[in-house]
Amino acid sequence: MEALVASAIGMMTAAGVYLMLRQRTFPVIVGLTLLTYAVNVFLFTSGRLATNMPAIYGEGAPGYSDPLPQALVLTAIVISFGMTAVIVMMALGAFLESGHDKVDMNDDDAPVDGGQK
Amino acid sequence: MSLALIAALPFLGALLPGLMIRAGKNACALVTGSVTALALLMLGLNAPAVLRGEVVQTRIEWIPSLGLNANFFLDGLGLLFAGLILGIGLLIILYARFYLAKSDPMGQFYTYLMLFQGAMVGIVLSDNILLLLVFWELTSLSSFLLIGYWKHLPEGRQGARMALTVTGGGGLAMIAGMLILGNIVGSYDLSVILENKEAIQSSDWYLPALILILLGAFTKSAQFPFHFWLPHAMAAPTPVSAYLHSATMVKAGLFLMARMWPVLSGTPEWFYIVATTGLITMVMAAKIALFKDDLKALLAFSTVSHLGLITMLLGFGTPAAATVAVFHIINHATFKAALFMSAGIVDHEAHTRDLKRLGGLRTLMPITFTIVTIASLSMAGIPPLNGFLSKELMLESASQTAWMANPWLLGVLATIGALFSVAYSFRFIAHAFLGPVREDYPSKPHDPGFGLWAAPALLAGLVILIGLMPMLTASWLVNAAASAVTGEVVAVKITHWHGLYAPALWMSLAAIGGGLLLMGLHPRLMALWNATPRPDAKRIFDGMVEPFAALAGRIANTLHDGALTRYIAIGTLAIAAVSYYAFDTGSHAVGTRDLMPVHPVPALGWLALVLATVAIVIYHRQRLLTLVLVGIVGLMVSVSFAYFSAPDLALTQISVEVATIILMLLALNFLPKATPMESSPVRRTWDGAIAVIAGVGIAALAYALMTRDQAFNPISEYHITNSKPGGGGTNIVNVILVDFRGYDTFGEIIVLGIAALVIFALTEALLRAGPANDRLLAWRPDQRRAGDRHPMMLVVATRVMLPIALMVGVFIFLRGHNEPGGGFIAGLIVAIALIMQYMASGFAWTAARQKVDYHALIAMGVLIAAATGIGAWFNGLPFLTSAFGYVTIWPLEEFELATALLFDIGVFLTVLGAVMLALASLSRIGLRAGETVNVQPFDIDPSEGRTLNSGEVR
Repeated sequence: MEALVASAIGMMTAAGVYLMLRQRTFPVIVGLTLLTYAVNVFLFTSGRLATNMPAIYGEGAPGYSDPLPQALVLTAIVISFGMTAVIVMMALGAFLESGHDKVDMNDDDAPVDGGQK
Repeated sequence: MSLALIAALPFLGALLPGLMIRAGKNACALVTGSVTALALLMLGLNAPAVLRGEVVQTRIEWIPSLGLNANFFLDGLGLLFAGLILGIGLLIILYARFYLAKSDPMGQFYTYLMLFQGAMVGIVLSDNILLLLVFWELTSLSSFLLIGYWKHLPEGRQGARMALTVTGGGGLAMIAGMLILGNIVGSYDLSVILENKEAIQSSDWYLPALILILLGAFTKSAQFPFHFWLPHAMAAPTPVSAYLHSATMVKAGLFLMARMWPVLSGTPEWFYIVATTGLITMVMAAKIALFKDDLKALLAFSTVSHLGLITMLLGFGTPAAATVAVFHIINHATFKAALFMSAGIVDHEAHTRDLKRLGGLRTLMPITFTIVTIASLSMAGIPPLNGFLSKELMLESASQTAWMANPWLLGVLATIGALFSVAYSFRFIAHAFLGPVREDYPSKPHDPGFGLWAAPALLAGLVILIGLMPMLTASWLVNAAASAVTGEVVAVKITHWHGLYAPALWMSLAAIGGGLLLMGLHPRLMALWNATPRPDAKRIFDGMVEPFAALAGRIANTLHDGALTRYIAIGTLAIAAVSYYAFDTGSHAVGTRDLMPVHPVPALGWLALVLATVAIVIYHRQRLLTLVLVGIVGLMVSVSFAYFSAPDLALTQISVEVATIILMLLALNFLPKATPMESSPVRRTWDGAIAVIAGVGIAALAYALMTRDQAFNPISEYHITNSKPGGGGTNIVNVILVDFRGYDTFGEIIVLGIAALVIFALTEALLRAGPANDRLLAWRPDQRRAGDRHPMMLVVATRVMLPIALMVGVFIFLRGHNEPGGGFIAGLIVAIALIMQYMASGFAWTAARQKVDYHALIAMGVLIAAATGIGAWFNGLPFLTSAFGYVTIWPLEEFELATALLFDIGVFLTVLGAVMLALASLSRIGLRAGETVNVQPFDIDPSEGRTLNSGEVR
């Protein structure tokens, strides 16, 4: 099972990085979303894998999975939602402002003398 | 506590001007001033104890393991400096209120000023050299902001950069010196260091430490050869010059030398480095000052000269000379601040401060003339003003000190310095105020209003008072400060008449006579000065800095050329390389943990996830399809959380998933629906290789992690044991969130709220007149629209589901403490239930029926969470300590009530508000793009057999 989880994390990371290297905003956002999944699952696995052992008190529970990574990942999920929402909005704004959705600056966008004196 | 509060007050006060400026400039200045006045008052309350010879202390342990403690102490020296900083700060706040033009952002100015004030007060009150260094660097940074306050002036920006480079560089050297000092003594507490003179001076590291610390002090106090930054910093507004360059920033270096005087002084090294530097600076800068036509440049070089004088006195290493230095610090602050402010008044009224264009202002500006005359005569050292008193004492000290066994050299050079000082002081008065009234001032000058001259007038009054009655007005402060510097009880005796045989008398007379002579010869000397070539400090400085700037620019432009893809590639490869190095040099034992068996259903889930991921990469150009596939991946991740015993995570992930996909769909509506094929096959292969490296690396890391036990005992056991007895809940994850790590969660909901506000602000910016708004107004749908935008089936179904979904939300919320659920998940579920209504009947239609202010929702959430946390204070417990109890209300069973539940309500409201605000923002963009608002909840009513909403409104 560990190999499956690890390979899934690897797949999502690779796909995420590949998409983030594309030149348009939309794939970059999708790539970031995939990378977020990968990172969250990775953090989660730092508590090691366990089935049927939720971190909730119960009569005769055989044991509890590690609650700490779970709590951390829970906040990470919510924060990454906020972050995704902001960059979606930024992508939309950039497209509406400039009329294209490229992520890389052209030479025309760069300041002429590399900044102020 | 009170000392730490005095240092903290200006920093707290820095927050106010930005808010108060909306209430007008007077209110802004008043509030800023009252913060400073309060700090001054608190300092005053401590003064009696200090004057009795006690040392007031405040000790707060911060990072004791590093020797970094927030320790403050107040002795005579600290009292003198803190009093100068806060007192003159108060006058500057008043002066700046009337000096700054309408177009200058005053709130910003006061914020910078207060930051600087706090940093300065921090320096003089610190009892820990590491803390002192922190404040020291803060003064460099805040003075950078102040000097460059007029951002539109290139001189301002360049002057600010130069000041930062020189003083910041010196600060770096000083850090090294201080660390050496702390290492010799074994403590970073100043009060301990000051008691270890022998250990320090006998150490081999004494000389390096001395040189490094002096580098910091000399750069800050503009001593030769680092003096060149000060005149260039005069591009700042005059209140800044008056504050930084008369009383505070440049005195920080002197303060440091005085502070370290007990342990560093008294050696030949100290004498020859410090006294010689001070002497050179004094004479050289006084000479240059005589030939400056710009009033502020004249004052700048005069400041450098007087700083040199004080440095020289400290360098002598005798208690008597150090006492004179302390006295001159007071006197210089009074007359120089008054002169700077007066120069500002002349500039403000006549619109020039060039001596060649001035003259004859005496009758036009009588009040300013009086102030300038008093302060200038004091600067020249004319009896009976305070400048005379300290100058006499200085000449006395110089005449009694031998340099390289030469008994008269110091005396002669000091007299020459004083001579130049007389000359430029008289020149200030004569060339600006005396002579005939001219016709060609850029602006007709007249005396300013009371607000502008009140501060310099007060200082001029002090100049006279200290001059006439030094024993009554100043000796107590000099005694306290000098005792603190020298470590001996000092009882100073200041008189005007030292007797006919005192050498100082004849040196003074020579200086005044020679000064007047120079004044008379000035036109001829000026021609000579202009004819002699001189090194241009700015050109030399630029020549030294430019190559570095160019190199930095080249590196930055290569790595950071504005292409996001390049940063990501570089970042990924760099992390991979470092990780590979760690892997390669580490051990590679195989994990020993028992592996978990693979069951068929989870394996199918894995397959779905992997296939969807691969499909995303293949089909990512079709954006709608990509979103569907992302949904599959997200669903599989949620399911795996559920499978691996994390029900809370599963619930959160799936509800976040829904909200994210809806948001992205809404945005996609306005974005191109397909990604064009742009990159070459080589580029794609290269990108693919980077992606594979990252993927393989992280997979290997995850596998290695999962197959071995934790290297150290995790702290999870504590949470598991104490969840019920300590937090009152059986759901350990939830108890961690709302109780154990409640502070994290509190920060997190604030971040989420800010994210929503950022989205709102972005939308506001887009909808303002501009290219984005034009594009939206001209927007034509690029997809065919559905015949019924608001299908009746969907409308009816969501209406039925709404109460159920709300009930589920409440249920999930309430049980969260004990079973999977809680504020985060409940907030998302309720948000999704509401979003479904919006999807069914359109945003505007629904919003009109459900009037909730999302901003208020976010604010309420954060405030409720904060109030819950603060509630613990009333029980004498730290912020966010939770309490819980069990109650029975008939006919219910016994249930638990916890303050954590209140906190969770805050979380719930913030999450709900944030999601809804993000959605509402997107909907506003839709409305601007011409989306119509429907009158009826759905489009087709079968019972009447007709289409509704025919009269839709824009």
